[in-house]
Amino acid sequence: MLEFLWQPAGFDIGETGWWTYDSQQPLWQAFGVGLGNTLRVAVPAVAFALVLGASLGLAKLSPLPWWRRLAGAYIHSVRNVPLMVQLMLWYFALVDLLPDPTAAWSVLPGVWLSKGGLQIPWWDAASGQWSVPAQDTFNVQGGAALTPEFLALWLALTVYTSAFVAEIVRAGVLSVPRSLLEAAETLGATPAQVRWRVLWPQAWQASAPALVNQVLNLIKNSSLAVAIGYPDLVSVGNTALNQTGRVIECIAIMMLVYLLMSLTVSAVLNRRPAWARGAGP
Amino acid sequence: MRNSATCVKSSPNRPRLVAAALLLASVLPAAQAGTVLDGVKQRGQLRCGVSTGVVGFSAPETGQRWKGLDVDICRAVAAAVLGDPDKVSYTPLNAQQRFAALQSGQIDLLSRNTSWTLTRDASLGFHFVAVTYYDGQGFLVPRKLKVTSARQLKGAQVCVQAGTTTEKNLADFSRRHQLGIKPVVFDTFEAAFKAYFSGRCQAYTTDASGLASVRNKEAPRPDEHIVLPELISKEALGPMVRRGDDDWLAIVRWTVFALIEAEELGLTQAGIEARRQDPDPAIARFTGQGEDMGKLLGLDRAWAVRAVKAGGHYGEIFERNVGQQSPLKLQRGLNRLWSQGGLMFAPPIR
Repeated sequence: MLEFLWQPAGFDIGETGWWTYDSQQPLWQAFGVGLGNTLRVAVPAVAFALVLGASLGLAKLSPLPWWRRLAGAYIHSVRNVPLMVQLMLWYFALVDLLPDPTAAWSVLPGVWLSKGGLQIPWWDAASGQWSVPAQDTFNVQGGAALTPEFLALWLALTVYTSAFVAEIVRAGVLSVPRSLLEAAETLGATPAQVRWRVLWPQAWQASAPALVNQVLNLIKNSSLAVAIGYPDLVSVGNTALNQTGRVIECIAIMMLVYLLMSLTVSAVLNRRPAWARGAGP
Repeated sequence: MRNSATCVKSSPNRPRLVAAALLLASVLPAAQAGTVLDGVKQRGQLRCGVSTGVVGFSAPETGQRWKGLDVDICRAVAAAVLGDPDKVSYTPLNAQQRFAALQSGQIDLLSRNTSWTLTRDASLGFHFVAVTYYDGQGFLVPRKLKVTSARQLKGAQVCVQAGTTTEKNLADFSRRHQLGIKPVVFDTFEAAFKAYFSGRCQAYTTDASGLASVRNKEAPRPDEHIVLPELISKEALGPMVRRGDDDWLAIVRWTVFALIEAEELGLTQAGIEARRQDPDPAIARFTGQGEDMGKLLGLDRAWAVRAVKAGGHYGEIFERNVGQQSPLKLQRGLNRLWSQGGLMFAPPIR
């Protein structure tokens, strides 16, 4: 039933990430490239969304009114615009504003910026030496590229999810009763002890399930990549199912991979870290 | 979910579950029960799958009207079967949706610039009906790149639509000439050419007819783009039907052949009525004055006349939608009649 996965894929993929891939390799490797691309954009997006979101959430609790207002404006404007619209906005803004690949900007020696993306020197495993990008006839060749598709998807996912993370973090902190913190202070705990042993563990406990949901949402939202031409798992899967006609099998593979990713993420994140158990410094 | 689980556990409810399953089973295949022809007649409407908008082939005009070469095929079939070319409901489908829509029975006929390939013919559960347009894949490039041949596109990024034979042809071409072309794959026709026009890619590739359509209708400044001379593939585009109903296949196939035959016989949309009494036996057969050809297809005598009256013969359909009378101004080329050096050949209606 799945023997078609070992046939040559027959199509190229624009970005292959860590894989070396060409159209003659078996189809399962094409799926691997797609999964790699999904992870390549989802992992940094999760990391940045959590950091940015937590900072925004704390800014909203700040005693300084300007911080609160700025964070509030950001959260409300980002949270209430559909992700798809934001993605298109980022993509076409990037593609329209950047210079043509025939006349790329040289930001630093060996680093180029154009509609082809941000290109940087990269270790070329095949030839065993550094590959430095250089301007060619049509575009910049060599090195590694962060394409506009990747950048737009990464930015859109980060910005969109961070707004939700901010609200969750804020709610988590506010859910800890003030009286509990005052009680700890009364018992002679230092401000650091109050924060790390009383406030954070309980705030974490309240917000962890919602945060895990946001991480899962972000991973699944990355499948909007097809709209802007980023070759993620769904994009590659769509091409594969069209070339082979094996619709049910290809959709089942995509569903299974997303299910496994989501189960893994929730299994890992639902374990309470040491500091959340109150064993911190 | 929870309800059905409890039903299985408690035995008193089991008969109800079985009854529900039987009901479901009797409802589901109902869409396929009987022939496609019966379904079309019963509904009084032909359900036709078309593109989401390829000017000249199938594109929505003002209001509810669809226009194009593929649309005229739907109209001819509706005229032959139902007697009225307007009794068609169009379902716009992107490249990825089109096959599922036909497989599931959502449409009776897929007329959506689809290439005939072995994989699609043999493994998807379809029959290719006939070729309505001979095409080949080409490239659109900005004039300022000063490219004159597709073989100069070394290392270029090329915008392309997902789920098409185009993707595979591009990979083959890139490999054959060691060009290292990087595809940027979009899920819709519109997204792919929009990205090209915004400068993301150095070339845009699709079938040559589609390139003409995109260049003339969608480019902000058509003069800044040129279609490269080479075609890197051969594409035979045509309508498809689901397998399992050979009578329906015959109806659609011979309607297409009738349009080609009509051009050969010189029967035009305006002139066919006047030539109904023509003594020429081939014309008499065509117009139903001679032997009854329609009966063999399960239709009436005037089926072919109605098909031609819907939008003219093949040549008229071509010229009006994509040829000299259209903004696309495509040459007939391979799509001329066989008797004029082209590939359009209809077996005799006899």
